[in-house]
Amino acid sequence: MRRFTWFNATSLTLGFAFLYLPMVILIVYSFNASELVTVWAGFSTRWYGELLQNEAFLDAAWVTIQVAVISSTIATVLGTMAAYVLVRAGRFAGRTLFSGMIYAPLVMPEVITGLSLLLLFIGIGLDRGVLTIILAHTTFSMCYVSVVVSSRLVSFDRSLEEAALDLGCTSMEAFRLVTLPIIAPAVISGWLLAFTLSLDDLVIASFTAGPSATTLPIKIWSSIRLGVSPEINALSTLLIAIVAVGVITASLVTKRAALRQEAEERAAERA
Amino acid sequence: MRRLALIAVPYLWLLALFLVPFIIVLKISLSDYALSIPPYSPTLDLSTGWQGIKSFFGALDFENFTFLTTDDLYWKAYLSSVKIAVVATLCTLLVGYPIAYGMANAPDHWRPTLMMLVILPFWTSFLIRVYSWMGILSTEGYLNQLLIGMGLISEPLMILNTNTAVYIGIVYTYLPFMILPIYATLERMDASLLEAAEDLGCSRMQAFWLVTFPLSRNGIIAGCFLVFIPTIGEFVIPALLGGSDTLMIGKVLWEEFFNNRDWPVASAVAVILLLILIIPIILFQRNEQKQREAEG
Repeated sequence: MRRFTWFNATSLTLGFAFLYLPMVILIVYSFNASELVTVWAGFSTRWYGELLQNEAFLDAAWVTIQVAVISSTIATVLGTMAAYVLVRAGRFAGRTLFSGMIYAPLVMPEVITGLSLLLLFIGIGLDRGVLTIILAHTTFSMCYVSVVVSSRLVSFDRSLEEAALDLGCTSMEAFRLVTLPIIAPAVISGWLLAFTLSLDDLVIASFTAGPSATTLPIKIWSSIRLGVSPEINALSTLLIAIVAVGVITASLVTKRAALRQEAEERAAERA
Repeated sequence: MRRLALIAVPYLWLLALFLVPFIIVLKISLSDYALSIPPYSPTLDLSTGWQGIKSFFGALDFENFTFLTTDDLYWKAYLSSVKIAVVATLCTLLVGYPIAYGMANAPDHWRPTLMMLVILPFWTSFLIRVYSWMGILSTEGYLNQLLIGMGLISEPLMILNTNTAVYIGIVYTYLPFMILPIYATLERMDASLLEAAEDLGCSRMQAFWLVTFPLSRNGIIAGCFLVFIPTIGEFVIPALLGGSDTLMIGKVLWEEFFNNRDWPVASAVAVILLLILIIPIILFQRNEQKQREAEG
Protein backbone atom coordinates (compact mmCIF):
# COMPACT_ATOMS: atom_id res chain seq x y z
CA MET A 1 0.00 0.00 0.00
CA ARG A 2 2.26 2.72 -1.19
CA ARG A 3 0.55 6.01 -1.75
CA PHE A 4 2.11 8.89 -3.57
CA THR A 5 0.69 11.78 -1.58
CA TRP A 6 0.91 15.55 -1.88
CA PHE A 7 3.46 15.46 0.90
CA ASN A 8 5.63 13.08 -1.17
CA ALA A 9 5.30 15.20 -4.28
CA THR A 10 6.20 18.38 -2.41
CA SER A 11 9.23 16.91 -0.69
CA LEU A 12 10.52 15.49 -3.97
CA THR A 13 10.03 18.80 -5.78
CA LEU A 14 11.69 20.85 -3.06
CA GLY A 15 14.45 18.28 -2.60
CA PHE A 16 15.39 18.15 -6.25
CA ALA A 17 15.08 21.91 -6.56
CA PHE A 18 17.61 22.21 -3.73
CA LEU A 19 19.94 19.70 -5.41
CA TYR A 20 19.77 21.22 -8.88
CA LEU A 21 19.00 24.93 -8.54
CA PRO A 22 22.54 26.00 -7.56
CA MET A 23 23.94 24.25 -10.63
CA VAL A 24 21.24 25.69 -12.89
CA ILE A 25 22.03 29.21 -11.65
CA LEU A 26 25.73 28.58 -12.26
CA ILE A 27 25.03 27.43 -15.81
CA VAL A 28 22.70 30.34 -16.60
CA TYR A 29 25.14 32.94 -15.29
CA SER A 30 28.02 31.43 -17.24
CA PHE A 31 26.29 32.99 -20.29
CA ASN A 32 26.19 36.40 -18.64
CA ALA A 33 27.79 39.20 -20.65
CA SER A 34 28.69 41.24 -17.58
CA GLU A 35 31.95 41.07 -15.74
CA LEU A 36 30.01 41.51 -12.50
CA VAL A 37 28.98 37.95 -11.83
CA THR A 38 25.74 38.63 -9.99
CA VAL A 39 24.36 41.27 -12.36
CA TRP A 40 22.66 39.98 -15.50
CA ALA A 41 23.61 41.99 -18.59
CA GLY A 42 22.44 39.89 -21.50
CA PHE A 43 23.39 36.63 -23.15
CA SER A 44 26.94 36.07 -24.31
CA THR A 45 29.41 33.24 -24.85
CA ARG A 46 32.30 35.58 -24.22
CA TRP A 47 33.62 33.71 -21.16
CA TYR A 48 33.82 30.44 -23.07
CA GLY A 49 35.96 32.15 -25.66
CA GLU A 50 38.26 33.58 -23.02
CA LEU A 51 38.46 30.21 -21.31
CA LEU A 52 39.63 28.49 -24.50
CA GLN A 53 42.39 31.06 -24.80
CA ASN A 54 43.58 30.67 -21.25
CA GLU A 55 46.73 28.58 -21.61
CA ALA A 56 47.06 27.96 -17.88
CA PHE A 57 43.64 26.33 -17.70
CA LEU A 58 44.23 24.27 -20.82
CA ASP A 59 47.57 23.02 -19.49
CA ALA A 60 46.03 22.14 -16.16
CA ALA A 61 43.17 20.31 -17.89
CA TRP A 62 45.66 18.28 -19.92
CA VAL A 63 47.66 17.31 -16.81
CA THR A 64 44.43 16.36 -15.02
CA ILE A 65 43.27 14.10 -17.84
CA GLN A 66 46.66 12.37 -18.06
CA VAL A 67 46.73 11.80 -14.32
CA ALA A 68 43.13 10.54 -14.28
CA VAL A 69 43.55 8.11 -17.19
CA ILE A 70 46.82 6.62 -15.95
CA SER A 71 45.93 6.45 -12.26
CA SER A 72 42.47 5.00 -12.82
CA THR A 73 43.83 2.35 -15.18
CA ILE A 74 46.53 1.20 -12.75
CA ALA A 75 44.01 1.43 -9.91
CA THR A 76 41.58 -0.78 -11.81
CA VAL A 77 44.21 -3.49 -12.33
CA LEU A 78 45.44 -3.35 -8.73
CA GLY A 79 41.94 -3.00 -7.30
CA THR A 80 40.64 -5.98 -9.26
CA MET A 81 43.61 -8.06 -8.08
CA ALA A 82 42.95 -6.95 -4.51
CA ALA A 83 39.26 -7.83 -4.80
CA TYR A 84 40.19 -11.26 -6.15
CA VAL A 85 42.55 -11.78 -3.24
CA LEU A 86 39.93 -10.67 -0.69
CA VAL A 87 37.17 -12.88 -2.08
CA ARG A 88 39.07 -15.89 -3.43
CA ALA A 89 42.55 -16.29 -1.96
CA GLY A 90 41.28 -17.79 1.29
CA ARG A 91 43.47 -17.46 4.36
CA PHE A 92 47.00 -16.19 4.23
CA ALA A 93 49.37 -14.54 6.64
CA GLY A 94 48.51 -10.85 7.05
CA ARG A 95 45.02 -11.07 5.56
CA THR A 96 43.51 -8.88 8.29
CA LEU A 97 46.09 -6.18 7.67
CA PHE A 98 45.40 -6.42 3.94
CA SER A 99 41.65 -5.94 4.23
CA GLY A 100 42.25 -3.17 6.75
CA MET A 101 44.47 -1.36 4.27
CA ILE A 102 41.76 -1.71 1.60
CA TYR A 103 39.01 -0.23 3.76
CA ALA A 104 40.95 2.38 5.75
CA PRO A 105 41.60 4.79 2.84
CA LEU A 106 37.85 4.96 2.21
CA VAL A 107 37.25 6.62 5.57
CA MET A 108 40.57 8.40 5.94
CA PRO A 109 40.22 12.20 5.82
CA GLU A 110 41.80 13.50 2.63
CA VAL A 111 44.02 15.92 4.53
CA ILE A 112 45.66 12.99 6.31
CA THR A 113 46.13 10.88 3.17
CA GLY A 114 47.65 13.88 1.43
CA LEU A 115 49.91 14.81 4.30
CA SER A 116 51.19 11.25 4.81
CA LEU A 117 51.96 10.70 1.12
CA LEU A 118 53.75 14.03 0.88
CA LEU A 119 55.92 13.14 3.88
CA LEU A 120 56.73 9.81 2.22
CA PHE A 121 57.71 11.42 -1.09
CA ILE A 122 59.92 13.92 0.69
CA GLY A 123 61.39 11.17 2.85
CA ILE A 124 62.49 9.10 -0.15
CA GLY A 125 63.55 12.17 -2.12
CA LEU A 126 61.01 11.83 -4.95
CA ASP A 127 60.42 15.16 -6.71
CA ARG A 128 56.80 16.20 -6.59
CA GLY A 129 55.08 16.35 -9.96
CA VAL A 130 52.80 14.35 -12.23
CA LEU A 131 54.27 11.04 -11.07
CA THR A 132 53.60 11.67 -7.39
CA ILE A 133 49.98 12.71 -8.06
CA ILE A 134 49.49 9.52 -10.09
CA LEU A 135 50.91 7.39 -7.26
CA ALA A 136 48.67 9.12 -4.72
CA HIS A 137 45.51 8.85 -6.80
CA THR A 138 46.16 5.23 -7.68
CA THR A 139 46.50 4.34 -4.03
CA PHE A 140 43.17 5.68 -2.83
CA SER A 141 41.17 4.84 -5.92
CA MET A 142 42.33 1.21 -6.04
CA CYS A 143 40.51 0.76 -2.73
CA TYR A 144 37.25 2.06 -4.22
CA VAL A 145 37.70 -0.20 -7.26
CA SER A 146 38.33 -3.21 -5.07
CA VAL A 147 35.15 -2.59 -3.06
CA VAL A 148 33.06 -2.32 -6.24
CA VAL A 149 34.61 -5.40 -7.87
CA SER A 150 34.55 -7.57 -4.75
CA SER A 151 30.82 -7.00 -4.30
CA ARG A 152 30.36 -8.46 -7.79
CA LEU A 153 32.77 -11.35 -7.14
CA VAL A 154 30.89 -12.35 -3.99
CA SER A 155 27.63 -12.84 -5.88
CA PHE A 156 29.37 -14.73 -8.69
CA ASP A 157 28.52 -18.39 -9.39
CA ARG A 158 31.83 -20.21 -8.97
CA SER A 159 30.62 -23.37 -10.65
CA LEU A 160 30.95 -21.56 -14.01
CA GLU A 161 34.67 -21.18 -13.40
CA GLU A 162 34.97 -24.78 -12.24
CA ALA A 163 33.18 -25.96 -15.39
CA ALA A 164 35.72 -24.10 -17.51
CA LEU A 165 38.57 -25.74 -15.60
CA ASP A 166 36.95 -29.17 -16.01
CA LEU A 167 36.68 -28.56 -19.74
CA GLY A 168 40.44 -28.09 -19.91
CA CYS A 169 41.01 -24.38 -19.47
CA THR A 170 44.07 -23.26 -17.59
CA SER A 171 43.23 -21.03 -14.65
CA MET A 172 44.41 -18.00 -16.64
CA GLU A 173 42.12 -18.94 -19.54
CA ALA A 174 39.23 -19.53 -17.17
CA PHE A 175 39.76 -16.05 -15.76
CA ARG A 176 39.98 -14.43 -19.19
CA LEU A 177 37.09 -16.34 -20.83
CA VAL A 178 34.65 -16.76 -17.94
CA THR A 179 35.34 -14.60 -14.91
CA LEU A 180 36.42 -11.38 -16.59
CA PRO A 181 33.41 -11.07 -18.93
CA ILE A 182 31.07 -11.63 -15.99
CA ILE A 183 32.70 -9.11 -13.67
CA ALA A 184 33.36 -6.65 -16.54
CA PRO A 185 30.50 -4.24 -15.67
CA ALA A 186 31.85 -3.92 -12.13
CA VAL A 187 35.39 -3.43 -13.43
CA ILE A 188 34.18 -0.72 -15.81
CA SER A 189 32.21 1.10 -13.15
CA GLY A 190 35.25 0.80 -10.88
CA TRP A 191 37.35 2.48 -13.56
CA LEU A 192 34.78 5.25 -14.03
CA LEU A 193 34.65 5.83 -10.29
CA ALA A 194 38.44 5.99 -10.06
CA PHE A 195 38.54 8.33 -13.04
CA THR A 196 36.04 10.81 -11.57
CA LEU A 197 37.65 10.65 -8.13
CA SER A 198 40.95 11.59 -9.70
CA LEU A 199 39.43 14.38 -11.84
CA ASP A 200 37.74 15.80 -8.78
CA ASP A 201 40.47 15.61 -6.19
CA LEU A 202 41.77 18.87 -4.79
CA VAL A 203 43.15 18.11 -1.35
CA ILE A 204 45.40 15.13 -2.04
CA ALA A 205 46.64 16.68 -5.28
CA SER A 206 47.50 19.93 -3.48
CA PHE A 207 49.74 18.03 -1.09
CA THR A 208 51.40 15.82 -3.69
CA ALA A 209 51.71 18.19 -6.67
CA GLY A 210 54.86 20.17 -7.10
CA PRO A 211 55.23 23.55 -8.79
CA SER A 212 55.84 21.73 -12.09
CA ALA A 213 52.39 20.12 -12.21
CA THR A 214 49.09 21.85 -11.56
CA THR A 215 45.82 20.01 -11.94
CA LEU A 216 42.53 21.64 -12.89
CA PRO A 217 41.02 21.51 -9.36
CA ILE A 218 44.15 23.20 -7.96
CA LYS A 219 43.89 25.90 -10.64
CA ILE A 220 40.14 26.36 -9.97
CA TRP A 221 40.83 26.50 -6.25
CA SER A 222 43.42 29.25 -6.48
CA SER A 223 41.11 31.41 -8.57
CA ILE A 224 37.88 30.90 -6.59
CA ARG A 225 39.54 31.67 -3.28
CA LEU A 226 39.37 35.28 -4.46
CA GLY A 227 35.64 35.05 -5.21
CA VAL A 228 33.22 34.11 -7.98
CA SER A 229 34.48 34.61 -11.52
CA PRO A 230 32.59 34.33 -14.83
CA GLU A 231 35.39 32.30 -16.38
CA ILE A 232 35.11 29.68 -13.65
CA ASN A 233 31.34 29.61 -14.21
CA ALA A 234 31.95 28.76 -17.85
CA LEU A 235 34.48 26.09 -16.95
CA SER A 236 32.10 24.60 -14.36
CA THR A 237 29.32 24.48 -16.93
CA LEU A 238 31.55 22.55 -19.33
CA LEU A 239 32.53 20.08 -16.60
CA ILE A 240 28.91 19.60 -15.49
CA ALA A 241 27.86 19.00 -19.09
CA ILE A 242 30.60 16.42 -19.68
CA VAL A 243 29.71 14.52 -16.50
CA ALA A 244 25.96 14.61 -17.20
CA VAL A 245 26.42 13.29 -20.75
CA GLY A 246 28.86 10.63 -19.52
CA VAL A 247 26.69 9.36 -16.67
CA ILE A 248 23.49 9.30 -18.72
CA THR A 249 25.18 7.49 -21.63
CA ALA A 250 26.79 4.97 -19.27
CA SER A 251 23.49 4.21 -17.58
CA LEU A 252 21.66 3.80 -20.90
CA VAL A 253 24.40 1.48 -22.18
CA THR A 254 24.37 -0.70 -19.06
CA LYS A 255 20.58 -0.80 -19.12
CA ARG A 256 20.59 -1.97 -22.72
CA ALA A 257 23.30 -4.55 -21.96
CA ALA A 258 21.25 -5.86 -19.04
CA LEU A 259 18.17 -6.17 -21.25
CA ARG A 260 20.16 -8.00 -23.93
CA GLN A 261 21.65 -10.38 -21.37
CA GLU A 262 18.19 -11.09 -19.99
CA ALA A 263 16.89 -11.85 -23.49
CA GLU A 264 19.84 -14.17 -24.15
CA GLU A 265 19.31 -16.01 -20.91
CA ARG A 266 15.64 -16.49 -21.71
CA ALA A 267 16.52 -17.77 -25.18
CA ALA A 268 19.07 -20.16 -23.67
CA GLU A 269 16.48 -21.48 -21.23
CA ARG A 270 14.06 -22.19 -24.05
CA ALA A 271 16.67 -23.99 -26.14
CA MET B 1 53.56 -19.05 -7.36
CA ARG B 2 50.92 -17.19 -9.31
CA ARG B 3 48.78 -16.89 -6.19
CA LEU B 4 51.73 -15.38 -4.35
CA ALA B 5 52.22 -12.76 -7.07
CA LEU B 6 48.50 -11.96 -7.06
CA ILE B 7 48.60 -11.28 -3.34
CA ALA B 8 52.00 -9.62 -3.27
CA VAL B 9 51.48 -6.89 -5.87
CA PRO B 10 48.50 -5.05 -4.30
CA TYR B 11 49.80 -5.90 -0.83
CA LEU B 12 53.19 -4.30 -1.38
CA TRP B 13 51.62 -1.29 -3.09
CA LEU B 14 49.40 -0.60 -0.09
CA LEU B 15 52.20 -1.24 2.38
CA ALA B 16 54.49 1.21 0.61
CA LEU B 17 51.94 3.92 -0.17
CA PHE B 18 49.48 3.62 2.69
CA LEU B 19 50.99 2.02 5.77
CA VAL B 20 54.54 3.35 5.54
CA PRO B 21 53.41 6.98 4.97
CA PHE B 22 51.16 6.63 7.95
CA ILE B 23 54.01 5.40 10.13
CA ILE B 24 56.03 8.39 8.93
CA VAL B 25 53.24 10.71 10.12
CA LEU B 26 53.30 9.00 13.52
CA LYS B 27 57.05 9.35 13.72
CA ILE B 28 57.09 13.02 12.71
CA SER B 29 54.33 13.79 15.20
CA LEU B 30 56.81 12.66 17.86
CA SER B 31 59.67 14.75 16.44
CA ASP B 32 60.58 18.36 17.08
CA TYR B 33 60.22 21.34 14.78
CA ALA B 34 63.56 22.42 13.37
CA LEU B 35 64.75 25.12 11.01
CA SER B 36 66.26 22.73 8.52
CA ILE B 37 65.37 20.63 5.49
CA PRO B 38 63.33 18.54 6.25
CA PRO B 39 61.98 20.88 8.96
CA TYR B 40 61.99 18.43 11.84
CA SER B 41 64.45 16.49 13.99
CA PRO B 42 65.65 13.85 14.68
CA THR B 43 66.22 12.20 11.34
CA LEU B 44 67.20 8.55 11.36
CA ASP B 45 70.89 8.16 10.53
CA LEU B 46 71.60 4.49 9.89
CA SER B 47 75.30 5.05 9.12
CA THR B 48 76.06 5.38 12.84
CA GLY B 49 74.62 1.93 13.43
CA TRP B 50 72.95 0.92 16.68
CA GLN B 51 74.01 4.11 18.43
CA GLY B 52 72.16 6.14 15.78
CA ILE B 53 68.96 4.14 16.19
CA LYS B 54 69.13 4.53 19.97
CA SER B 55 69.63 8.27 19.90
CA PHE B 56 66.88 8.53 17.25
CA PHE B 57 64.32 6.85 19.49
CA GLY B 58 65.60 8.74 22.50
CA ALA B 59 64.83 12.05 20.83
CA LEU B 60 61.19 11.20 20.12
CA ASP B 61 58.68 12.52 22.63
CA PHE B 62 55.06 13.54 23.06
CA GLU B 63 55.87 17.25 23.20
CA ASN B 64 53.63 18.11 20.23
CA PHE B 65 50.71 16.37 21.84
CA THR B 66 51.22 18.25 25.10
CA PHE B 67 51.45 21.42 23.02
CA LEU B 68 48.08 20.59 21.44
CA THR B 69 46.51 20.31 24.88
CA THR B 70 47.96 23.60 26.11
CA ASP B 71 47.04 25.78 23.14
CA ASP B 72 43.27 26.02 23.20
CA LEU B 73 43.06 26.73 19.43
CA TYR B 74 43.33 22.97 18.85
CA TRP B 75 40.87 21.98 21.52
CA LYS B 76 38.36 24.41 20.19
CA ALA B 77 38.94 23.25 16.63
CA TYR B 78 38.38 19.59 17.56
CA LEU B 79 35.26 20.37 19.55
CA SER B 80 33.87 22.70 16.92
CA SER B 81 34.51 20.12 14.15
CA VAL B 82 32.55 17.54 16.10
CA LYS B 83 29.79 20.04 16.83
CA ILE B 84 29.53 21.17 13.21
CA ALA B 85 29.54 17.55 12.02
CA VAL B 86 26.78 16.54 14.45
CA VAL B 87 24.52 19.50 13.63
CA ALA B 88 25.14 19.15 9.88
CA THR B 89 24.39 15.41 10.01
CA LEU B 90 21.06 16.05 11.75
CA CYS B 91 20.17 18.77 9.22
CA THR B 92 21.05 16.40 6.36
CA LEU B 93 18.79 13.78 7.92
CA LEU B 94 15.92 16.27 8.20
CA VAL B 95 16.30 17.28 4.55
CA GLY B 96 17.12 13.81 3.23
CA TYR B 97 14.48 11.68 4.92
CA PRO B 98 11.42 13.26 3.24
CA ILE B 99 13.17 12.96 -0.14
CA ALA B 100 13.99 9.27 0.41
CA TYR B 101 10.43 8.72 1.65
CA GLY B 102 8.97 10.42 -1.40
CA MET B 103 11.17 8.31 -3.68
CA ALA B 104 10.10 5.08 -1.98
CA ASN B 105 6.43 6.00 -2.45
CA ALA B 106 6.82 7.16 -6.04
CA PRO B 107 5.36 5.06 -8.86
CA ASP B 108 7.63 2.17 -9.87
CA HIS B 109 8.49 3.52 -13.30
CA TRP B 110 9.77 6.82 -11.87
CA ARG B 111 12.24 5.26 -9.51
CA PRO B 112 15.19 4.61 -11.84
CA THR B 113 15.04 8.25 -12.99
CA LEU B 114 14.78 9.54 -9.41
CA MET B 115 17.73 7.35 -8.39
CA MET B 116 19.76 8.74 -11.26
CA LEU B 117 18.84 12.31 -10.26
CA VAL B 118 20.17 11.64 -6.76
CA ILE B 119 23.37 10.01 -7.97
CA LEU B 120 24.18 12.52 -10.72
CA PRO B 121 25.37 15.33 -8.39
CA PHE B 122 27.70 12.81 -6.73
CA TRP B 123 29.60 12.43 -10.01
CA THR B 124 29.79 16.18 -10.49
CA SER B 125 32.86 17.93 -9.13
CA PHE B 126 32.66 18.46 -5.38
CA LEU B 127 34.59 21.70 -5.68
CA ILE B 128 32.14 23.10 -8.24
CA ARG B 129 29.13 22.16 -6.15
CA VAL B 130 30.57 24.01 -3.15
CA TYR B 131 31.58 26.93 -5.38
CA SER B 132 28.05 27.25 -6.77
CA TRP B 133 26.89 28.41 -3.32
CA MET B 134 29.39 31.27 -3.17
CA GLY B 135 27.44 33.20 -5.80
CA ILE B 136 24.13 32.46 -4.10
CA LEU B 137 25.06 33.35 -0.54
CA SER B 138 27.36 36.37 -0.93
CA THR B 139 26.19 39.80 0.20
CA GLU B 140 25.36 40.90 -3.34
CA GLY B 141 24.45 37.32 -4.26
CA TYR B 142 21.31 35.87 -5.84
CA LEU B 143 19.59 35.02 -2.55
CA ASN B 144 19.97 38.54 -1.17
CA GLN B 145 18.89 40.04 -4.50
CA LEU B 146 15.78 37.87 -4.43
CA LEU B 147 14.90 38.64 -0.82
CA ILE B 148 15.45 42.38 -1.26
CA GLY B 149 13.51 42.31 -4.54
CA MET B 150 10.60 40.68 -2.75
CA GLY B 151 10.78 43.33 -0.05
CA LEU B 152 11.36 40.79 2.71
CA ILE B 153 14.59 42.40 3.90
CA SER B 154 16.10 45.82 3.39
CA GLU B 155 19.70 45.07 4.33
CA PRO B 156 21.52 42.13 2.72
CA LEU B 157 22.04 39.14 5.01
CA MET B 158 25.57 38.04 5.88
CA ILE B 159 25.51 34.33 5.15
CA LEU B 160 28.67 33.61 3.20
CA ASN B 161 31.72 33.30 5.49
CA THR B 162 29.63 32.17 8.46
CA ASN B 163 28.90 28.77 9.98
CA THR B 164 25.42 28.84 8.43
CA ALA B 165 27.01 28.73 4.99
CA VAL B 166 29.15 25.79 6.13
CA TYR B 167 26.02 23.90 7.22
CA ILE B 168 24.29 24.62 3.91
CA GLY B 169 27.37 23.44 2.02
CA ILE B 170 27.63 20.19 3.98
CA VAL B 171 23.92 19.38 3.66
CA TYR B 172 24.06 20.11 -0.05
CA THR B 173 27.15 18.06 -0.89
CA TYR B 174 26.48 15.06 1.37
CA LEU B 175 22.72 14.78 0.77
CA PRO B 176 23.00 11.79 -1.64
CA PHE B 177 24.89 9.81 1.04
CA MET B 178 21.93 10.26 3.36
CA ILE B 179 19.16 9.66 0.82
CA LEU B 180 20.47 6.44 -0.72
CA PRO B 181 20.74 4.17 2.37
CA ILE B 182 17.40 5.43 3.76
CA TYR B 183 15.72 4.92 0.40
CA ALA B 184 17.17 1.39 0.24
CA THR B 185 15.61 0.38 3.58
CA LEU B 186 12.28 2.10 2.84
CA GLU B 187 12.04 0.50 -0.57
CA ARG B 188 12.59 -3.00 0.84
CA MET B 189 9.95 -2.50 3.51
CA ASP B 190 6.92 -4.77 3.32
CA ALA B 191 4.02 -2.41 2.55
CA SER B 192 1.44 -4.82 3.99
CA LEU B 193 2.77 -3.96 7.47
CA LEU B 194 1.31 -0.48 7.05
CA GLU B 195 -1.99 -1.93 5.95
CA ALA B 196 -2.03 -4.10 9.06
CA ALA B 197 -1.29 -1.10 11.26
CA GLU B 198 -4.12 0.88 9.73
CA ASP B 199 -6.50 -2.06 9.97
CA LEU B 200 -5.67 -2.20 13.65
CA GLY B 201 -6.74 1.40 14.02
CA CYS B 202 -3.56 3.45 13.59
CA SER B 203 -3.86 6.80 11.91
CA ARG B 204 -1.42 7.33 9.01
CA MET B 205 0.74 9.50 11.22
CA GLN B 206 0.83 6.85 13.94
CA ALA B 207 1.54 4.14 11.39
CA PHE B 208 4.50 6.16 10.16
CA TRP B 209 6.02 6.66 13.62
CA LEU B 210 5.25 3.13 14.85
CA VAL B 211 6.08 1.12 11.71
CA THR B 212 7.89 2.95 8.93
CA PHE B 213 10.29 5.02 11.00
CA PRO B 214 11.58 2.19 13.24
CA LEU B 215 11.98 -0.07 10.20
CA SER B 216 14.12 2.52 8.44
CA ARG B 217 16.44 2.80 11.45
CA ASN B 218 19.32 0.94 9.81
CA GLY B 219 19.22 3.23 6.80
CA ILE B 220 19.19 6.29 9.04
CA ILE B 221 22.16 5.06 11.04
CA ALA B 222 24.15 4.18 7.93
CA GLY B 223 23.33 7.53 6.32
CA CYS B 224 24.31 9.47 9.44
CA PHE B 225 27.70 7.77 9.63
CA LEU B 226 28.30 8.28 5.91
CA VAL B 227 27.75 12.01 6.41
CA PHE B 228 29.37 12.39 9.84
CA ILE B 229 32.68 10.62 9.17
CA PRO B 230 33.84 12.62 6.13
CA THR B 231 32.47 15.89 7.54
CA ILE B 232 34.77 15.84 10.59
CA GLY B 233 37.93 16.14 8.49
CA GLU B 234 36.34 18.37 5.82
CA PHE B 235 38.57 21.08 4.41
CA VAL B 236 37.07 22.50 1.21
CA ILE B 237 33.68 23.55 2.62
CA PRO B 238 34.90 25.49 5.69
CA ALA B 239 37.70 27.04 3.64
CA LEU B 240 35.40 28.30 0.87
CA LEU B 241 32.11 29.00 2.64
CA GLY B 242 33.20 29.47 6.25
CA GLY B 243 34.59 32.60 7.80
CA SER B 244 37.79 33.27 9.68
CA ASP B 245 36.04 32.21 12.90
CA THR B 246 34.90 28.86 11.45
CA LEU B 247 37.14 26.39 13.21
CA MET B 248 37.44 22.96 11.68
CA ILE B 249 40.31 20.62 12.23
CA GLY B 250 40.90 19.84 8.55
CA LYS B 251 41.43 23.55 7.94
CA VAL B 252 43.74 23.85 10.97
CA LEU B 253 45.87 20.95 9.70
CA TRP B 254 46.09 22.52 6.23
CA GLU B 255 47.12 25.91 7.62
CA GLU B 256 49.59 24.37 10.07
CA PHE B 257 51.23 22.59 7.17
CA PHE B 258 51.08 25.08 4.28
CA ASN B 259 51.14 28.41 6.13
CA ASN B 260 53.09 27.75 9.33
CA ARG B 261 55.15 24.92 7.84
CA ASP B 262 55.12 23.20 11.22
CA TRP B 263 55.15 19.58 10.10
CA PRO B 264 55.43 17.95 13.53
CA VAL B 265 52.36 19.80 14.83
CA ALA B 266 50.42 19.12 11.61
CA SER B 267 51.23 15.42 12.01
CA ALA B 268 50.15 15.43 15.65
CA VAL B 269 46.87 17.10 14.62
CA ALA B 270 46.40 14.33 12.03
CA VAL B 271 47.03 11.57 14.58
CA ILE B 272 44.47 13.00 17.01
CA LEU B 273 41.94 13.51 14.22
CA LEU B 274 42.26 9.80 13.42
CA LEU B 275 41.83 8.85 17.07
CA ILE B 276 38.58 10.84 17.12
CA LEU B 277 37.40 9.12 13.96
CA ILE B 278 38.12 5.58 15.14
CA ILE B 279 35.08 5.42 17.43
CA PRO B 280 32.43 6.33 14.81
CA ILE B 281 34.17 4.10 12.25
CA ILE B 282 34.07 1.07 14.56
CA LEU B 283 30.42 1.77 15.43
CA PHE B 284 29.60 2.07 11.74
CA GLN B 285 31.32 -1.26 10.94
CA ARG B 286 29.44 -2.96 13.77
CA ASN B 287 26.14 -1.61 12.51
CA GLU B 288 26.87 -2.83 8.97
CA GLN B 289 27.83 -6.26 10.26
CA LYS B 290 24.71 -6.53 12.39
CA GLN B 291 22.61 -5.61 9.39
CA ARG B 292 24.31 -8.22 7.20
CA GLU B 293 23.74 -10.89 9.84
CA ALA B 294 20.10 -9.89 10.20
CA GLU B 295 19.62 -10.26 6.46
CA GLY B 296 20.92 -13.80 6.41
